[in-house]
Amino acid sequence: MELKELYQEIILDHGKNPRNKGKCEGYTNDAQAHNHLCGDKVHIFLKLNNKKLVEDLSFEGEGCAISLASASILTELTKGKDLSFIKKISEDFLSMIKKKSKISLNSLTEDQVTTITSLSGVQEFPMRVKCATMAWHALLTAVEKE
Amino acid sequence: MEIKNIKKDFPIFTQKINGKPLVYLDSANSSQKPKRVIDRISNFYETEYSNVGRSVHSLAVKATNRFEATRDLVKKYMNAAHRQEIIFTKGATESINLVASTYGKKYINKGDEILITELEHHSNYVPWHFLRSERGAVIKFAPVNENGDVEIDEIKKLISIKTKIIAITHISNVTGAVLPIKQIVDLAKEKNIPVLIDGTQGAPHSYIDMQNIGCDFYAVSCHKMYGPNGLGVLYAKKKWLDDLPPYQGGGGMINDVKKDNITFAESPTKFEPGTMQTAEVVSFAESINFIEKLGIKNIASHENEVLEYGLETLRKNNSINIIGNPKNRGSVLCFTLKDIHPHDIATILDDDGVAIRAGHHCCQILHEKLGLSATARASIGVYNDKDDMDKLSEAIKKCQKVFQG
Repeated sequence: MELKELYQEIILDHGKNPRNKGKCEGYTNDAQAHNHLCGDKVHIFLKLNNKKLVEDLSFEGEGCAISLASASILTELTKGKDLSFIKKISEDFLSMIKKKSKISLNSLTEDQVTTITSLSGVQEFPMRVKCATMAWHALLTAVEKE
Repeated sequence: MEIKNIKKDFPIFTQKINGKPLVYLDSANSSQKPKRVIDRISNFYETEYSNVGRSVHSLAVKATNRFEATRDLVKKYMNAAHRQEIIFTKGATESINLVASTYGKKYINKGDEILITELEHHSNYVPWHFLRSERGAVIKFAPVNENGDVEIDEIKKLISIKTKIIAITHISNVTGAVLPIKQIVDLAKEKNIPVLIDGTQGAPHSYIDMQNIGCDFYAVSCHKMYGPNGLGVLYAKKKWLDDLPPYQGGGGMINDVKKDNITFAESPTKFEPGTMQTAEVVSFAESINFIEKLGIKNIASHENEVLEYGLETLRKNNSINIIGNPKNRGSVLCFTLKDIHPHDIATILDDDGVAIRAGHHCCQILHEKLGLSATARASIGVYNDKDDMDKLSEAIKKCQKVFQG
């Protein structure tokens, strides 16, 4: 049962067909994160416009289904948003994984909540937490450069 | 005591993992412990514990005798020429660091070459890197071929008048390649170059006869030999131990300490500063007894049979890519699975009680050469059998099912 919670359909889909993969054109900020234990890597690229909105966002990386899905979901949820949204959703995501809290951001649609919550199964697999959080840490680092 | 019933000697196998019997295929990482080793540790603490080599009370004398008796046993097991050639360390990593640091300090200068291979575990690369960055030494890598072997000719080609040491693994922890260490040592002897062998994977699966192999240094990891954690052995020829400076300073390793001068003890004490791992050393004698009772050659041939069966079984699955096809393979079976990352494989296999390792196995140089960021590894110990290989194969199929949705 727990295994099915970890490898949900949404995760398998994003893992197999990650969205926004590659280096987005004209990116203004980027940051990398890696898991030195296994060699998994993620590199986040984002393009901020003069209104400080994320005009484009993408990632490069290799890794397991969890890490690819997490990065892919991240790009889908944050594209077109402003920096305060990005900080809030990242914090929400990280505390969902680490502290098992619920997503508190109320500007998400029901579908978006389902998508982001699909990664919550990682809570039960402590050795895999880093796989899920890596991309989000990279995103925060990229944003903090602002 | 028979190999076919040996699982019974290992208490860990009485428990269930995720509701399934444990199929432990991570012995190249660390082996499980037989009851006699576990019992020896607790018995030693309960009835014989004391620090060794210092006090004169009865317990200290007894503990010291047990400690030194283990050294004698290891000396005999490895067929070293002298008991002083057996140094206890905290692991194979420390054994290699000890040699790199002390030999490097005395003999390696700017432009001198250290010859290793692309197969090396980080513990037989990083310590030499320190000499590269601190002393300007050059590290040369003998290339691995497409089968995952390192040919002796490649080593021959890279030897130059500047080569100061050759440091090679006995058995690769990724491709499983068994290197022709004796031939490499013979080759090095012609040129008067010392050889260090990283025996981390070699020692648990092979007969390690130091006088026959003729190497200068051989590093052993005890926890991979059904022994306690936190203990290693460095075999080093006496001439080196007499010649090289101490590695770390502290109590016990001195001869005489004055305000203006310090003289050091003879080997092995010279290289064993501070309080040693007393219970670990004493109980390691039981690991050696365990191995000797079964016979290392019997253990190796049993593991080989299981390994061959495993290879044969996994090769039937077209989605599995087995890493390496070395001439001689030692107890390691690395693989990748089409479209499924090794991390995901390891998590899904664990659900069936099958314990494997996923990652680069501390061999990033080799993985880069293979063009892979990670592999899955099943490694075999004396307690594994063909049934374990069947369970591995079934669990892999289940993993494919999960991903096919």
